[in-house]
Amino acid sequence: MVLSPADKTNVKSTWGKIGGHAGEYGGEALESRTFASFPTTKTYFPHFDLSHGSAQVKAHGKKVADALTNAVAHMDDLPGALSALSDLHAYKLRVDPVNFKLLSHCLLVTLACHHPAEFTPAVHASLDKFFSAVSTVLTSKYR
Amino acid sequence: MVHLSAEEKAAVSSLQGKVKVDVVGGETLGRLLVVYPWTQRFFDSFGDLSSPDAIMSNGKVKAHGKKVVNSLINGLKNLDNLKGAFAKLSELHCDKLHVDPENFKLLGNVMVCVLARHFGKEFTPQVQAVFQKVLAGVANALAHKYH
Repeated sequence: MVLSPADKTNVKSTWGKIGGHAGEYGGEALESRTFASFPTTKTYFPHFDLSHGSAQVKAHGKKVADALTNAVAHMDDLPGALSALSDLHAYKLRVDPVNFKLLSHCLLVTLACHHPAEFTPAVHASLDKFFSAVSTVLTSKYR
Repeated sequence: MVHLSAEEKAAVSSLQGKVKVDVVGGETLGRLLVVYPWTQRFFDSFGDLSSPDAIMSNGKVKAHGKKVVNSLINGLKNLDNLKGAFAKLSELHCDKLHVDPENFKLLGNVMVCVLARHFGKEFTPQVQAVFQKVLAGVANALAHKYH
């Protein structure tokens, strides 16, 4: 699946509108929504305090959001921009690929909640493709 | 069977009453066809599906979406026996419609996005979790009679 010029425009424009909220949304998507709806995802964080409002989880959500912001800025070369993270996920974290879909879905839900007007069907499609492309890069060195 | 606590049931009831089935139905099916275009394979007879605008304004998509979401909402009344409640529909989707059950999961997740868009902050993580549970139960029930 290839990101068309229209997809890239949709993603850049939506991410731009999120502005300074990216970190907060990353936290909401990861902590509140992914862990709540898909409890198996918590198995990757046994070393975290997962209680509501945990500072560790908030920080991690921001980390994920910052990485996505970087990916948005380098959509023409996702493998290049995400190379280090790709190594990390392949050799150290080894998060099962199914989980990227779960987090991606919860990112979409978070954005839909906070930006209902921007979240048009076309933008929904572009974002889903973008998260899918990022996930593919992050799992590309798994085997 | 989907087990919901009293709190979870209350969360579902509260939102269920406010769901405008024709709006949510049409938007859910429309978005499925836009976001996952390969799902259009089941709808050759629906006419113009050539662009997001064409899809979202297509009368057949809206009508069918309403039918599907109505059926899902009815499922919410049968959480104790989803497999029984959806048995006939399961047979239909396998034997006549030939729909890969993977599509039920896709539709369920699109519906969650649509509910999130409509209800905003009211669609809390806890409410989302309950809907994910229920929709997963419905997807399983719809796949149950496949052979």
